[in-house]
Amino acid sequence: MRTYLPWIYLALAFGFIYLPVCVLVLFSFQDGGLPVPPFDGPSLKWYREVLSDRDVTDALIHSLFVAVGSSAVAVILGFLAAYGLARHTLPGSAFIRLLLVAPLTVSYLIVGLGLLIVLSRAGFGLSLGTAGIGHVVINLPLAFAIIYASMGAQHENAERAARDLGASEMRVVVLVTAPMLAPAIAAAFFLSVTLSWDEFIIAFLLTRFDITLPVEIWSMLRSGLSPRLNAIGSVVFLISVAAVLILEFTTLRRRRS
Amino acid sequence: MIGQSKKMGWGFTAPALLWTLAFFVAPFIVMGAMSFAILEGRNLIWGFHLDNYIELATRPYLWRAVIASIEITLTVTLISVVLAYPLAATIAFRVPRHLQRLVLLLAILPFWTSYVVRSYAWLLVLAREGVLNQTLINLGLIAEPITLANTRFATVTGFVHFFVMLLTLTIYANLIQLSPNYRRAAMDLGANAFQTFRHVILPLTLPGIVTGAFLTFVLCIGDYVTPHVLGGNNELTMPQVIMVQLGRRADFPLASALAIVMMGMVTLAYLAAARWLRLDRV
Repeated sequence: MRTYLPWIYLALAFGFIYLPVCVLVLFSFQDGGLPVPPFDGPSLKWYREVLSDRDVTDALIHSLFVAVGSSAVAVILGFLAAYGLARHTLPGSAFIRLLLVAPLTVSYLIVGLGLLIVLSRAGFGLSLGTAGIGHVVINLPLAFAIIYASMGAQHENAERAARDLGASEMRVVVLVTAPMLAPAIAAAFFLSVTLSWDEFIIAFLLTRFDITLPVEIWSMLRSGLSPRLNAIGSVVFLISVAAVLILEFTTLRRRRS
Repeated sequence: MIGQSKKMGWGFTAPALLWTLAFFVAPFIVMGAMSFAILEGRNLIWGFHLDNYIELATRPYLWRAVIASIEITLTVTLISVVLAYPLAATIAFRVPRHLQRLVLLLAILPFWTSYVVRSYAWLLVLAREGVLNQTLINLGLIAEPITLANTRFATVTGFVHFFVMLLTLTIYANLIQLSPNYRRAAMDLGANAFQTFRHVILPLTLPGIVTGAFLTFVLCIGDYVTPHVLGGNNELTMPQVIMVQLGRRADFPLASALAIVMMGMVTLAYLAAARWLRLDRV
């Protein structure tokens, strides 16, 4: 009996972890108007409705746009800073590293609130761009930390060789360092996209007319339980899971081997 | 060459540094200053006024939110650690080595659901007509649906669901680094399974637990979505009260003061945990 106990616990834990996801996905195929038992599907009508809703598809495109744009900026800034700090001796570099990762310890709400205060005092209009700025703030520390951690000394010799052969610093960075660190850069980029694509509170505070998908879902939530929300939630879950699996089976695998 | 290298280094580091200074440090300083400003009608008056903090300490709906946030966060952190540890241990010690990565990946897959959607999914489970109530009624355990949604219980459940996954990941990472020799040595010296856990495994994994618990604390106390979707309006948490200030009368000074108090809580948690924290190894 005692040797079964861990397995029973594992099964119960998986039940708890998957319960809400299963209910969400199951009732997205509900035929009636309420996503509660009894299940009367399967029907694809809510997926049809959601995917033909302009507000939803627009928000989806906005989300991807903000996620890819802000992640690209975060990864480029993070990579350059990691290179500068790993390959050059700077005074106070420990402090700079601390400053760059500091946003990780502050909740998104406070990051968003601070930006909202400054932007609205400065008379800056809110848009997808301002939400993107916020997302760079939260993703830059992660991108920097991931890329900095993989800036091993073993790459330094190749960089030195390139420099000795007359390559300028810029060429070394673009043609030697960046390709060598491609797995870490890709991992940072995908993680960044996953986090930004999902992010709600900063996007909620810093957008106005064009909104991202989590904000659109939030506004749909006001009208209560609906299979439409189940359908859209299932789609979002599928996209996130696909991104995580791609990350797992491409970049991380390659880095380990 | 050294001078050259330094200049180059600054050139590479400057963009990220400037971004962080402009969009994180500066807003943070402005927010701090804002918490000492006051609002007269629609006019903002800068200065060193303690009005917001006094209001926070004396208005019941404000300080009750602070208390509720602390209670919820501590409850969630404790329950999540207690539930996640055996899960991580089962994966690390019982599941065959070559399957561990897969089982772990599956165990935390719902972690990647959009968090607005995750709270909504729990609402589906816990609603009056929801799956849980229906199941309990069909099993004959209850006669009438019980109120599960829009309570503190729902908020805690939603949070625990998320943080069990996060903590399973961090605790597993710790357990797997332990050499099996520790366990073998303890067993050889006559310790039973519980003694081995209590005196060997637990102390060795304490830094990992505390680090995970600290992360849980930080993320939980600052979250607006979960208590808002699941907790209903009977009891507000700090992030909810902050959002109320922003929405109703754009009271940035009071919202800032609340945010500063929230930061203070995180700092206190950090100090309490500092002895064991290993933030560089998360």
